[in-house]
Amino acid sequence: MRARSVSILMAMLVLSACGGIQPWVKPYERDRLADPIMAWDRDAISGAYLDHIRESREGSRGATGGAGGGCGCN
Amino acid sequence: MVQRQRIFARAAVIAALLLVRSTSADVLPDDRADLFYSKYSGGGMDITGESVLVRKKFTENFAVEVNYFIDKVSGASIDVLSQASVIKDERKQKTGTVEYLHDKTTYTASYISSVERDYISNTASFSLSQDMFGDLTTVTLGYAKTNDKVGENDGTAFVPIIDWLGHAQTSSYSAGASQILTKNLIAGVNLNVIADSGYLANPYRSIRYVDSQSAKGYSLASQVYPDTHTSTAVQVQAKYYLPYRAALTGSYRFYSDTWGVIGNTYELDYTHPIRNVWIFEGRVRYYKQNQANFYSDLFPFNPAQNFEARDQNLAALDNTTIGGKITYAFLPDGWKMFKRATLTFDISRIRFNYLDFRNIKYYGLPEYQPGTEPLYQFNATVGQLFMSVFF
Repeated sequence: MRARSVSILMAMLVLSACGGIQPWVKPYERDRLADPIMAWDRDAISGAYLDHIRESREGSRGATGGAGGGCGCN
Repeated sequence: MVQRQRIFARAAVIAALLLVRSTSADVLPDDRADLFYSKYSGGGMDITGESVLVRKKFTENFAVEVNYFIDKVSGASIDVLSQASVIKDERKQKTGTVEYLHDKTTYTASYISSVERDYISNTASFSLSQDMFGDLTTVTLGYAKTNDKVGENDGTAFVPIIDWLGHAQTSSYSAGASQILTKNLIAGVNLNVIADSGYLANPYRSIRYVDSQSAKGYSLASQVYPDTHTSTAVQVQAKYYLPYRAALTGSYRFYSDTWGVIGNTYELDYTHPIRNVWIFEGRVRYYKQNQANFYSDLFPFNPAQNFEARDQNLAALDNTTIGGKITYAFLPDGWKMFKRATLTFDISRIRFNYLDFRNIKYYGLPEYQPGTEPLYQFNATVGQLFMSVFF
């Protein structure tokens, strides 16, 4: 019952977020974010190669990327 | 070959995940072609890599990308000095990717094939990326499945005799979010859970154990690994546009796995363009991990426990990287079908320090009893040179 209540509450929060949040950085204010120097990873092959070098010599792996291009500039 | 078993399967998965991160919802990236050359030198190993990538949009909603990568390894690593033959190997990796954009969602599917004579790896991956909240937020979800066939070369570098030892499977689940916080600041978080099963050991590495019957005072034996392995990594990062035209990036990653390895990674990156012709980039990175719970540099006897490893990747270690990158943009007004082009040189210097992995170069010298040899450490240089054309 408690889990169900939490689920309903979370669903309401998500739905209200979809309808209520207004972008606080307007599209015309994103020129700096659209600059290529702000890309998480400008060169895919190069980034993958450095990951490869590290992963082959360390015990750790994964989660090295930026999620999507993501600046929402275009 | 020695350092490259297990590694390639991982690399394939990472490459698959890279496709996840390089995808932007809302609009597909420009068409481009890259010619890439790399060289790694360190720890007695020389590895050269050559790659070509072509990416083409067939409509505004549909793009295809193909990548061919070949790397060649030669030299004599610290493992080779103790037991194996001269290393000379080659790996070929082919990747095909399709992307489809629908409204604010990008769907990406890819297939990666990696082949060397004693290791075959195939990865299929799928991801979707969604822009939301007025395009302030991008959420990405990804899944990749890898199947590996693991072998060992019982012959020589020039006349290989491959003994196929088993298979391994890897499932990778990733989730990430990128968030615009201000007009100068963007932040991101990435979660990646990877589960392996099957033959997970590196057949070219051995444990050593105290053996009074041996003249050296120790003997070598095969590693014994668990047949499952699950890891969780979380990375947070932020990128800030400075008051002048430059960018500062900071990131931290926490890693933990079921073998007892905990790793922490810190990285700082500064990017500084000059007009629209040059981009200079400098970075520092520090990484530190503890040892796996079944790792030992020297076991008291054999078998001393159910699982035993002496793979240097599972030792306690730290490393520090200092790197720089210069990008030169040319053809600013385009030429024929090309809109612009860039030439990039990237170099990194890495210092590896092992905290409980000893230098086998000193094996058998009377002044160094087993377990008292100097700790292993080495420097590596990684260079990359590539040209990108956009059309």
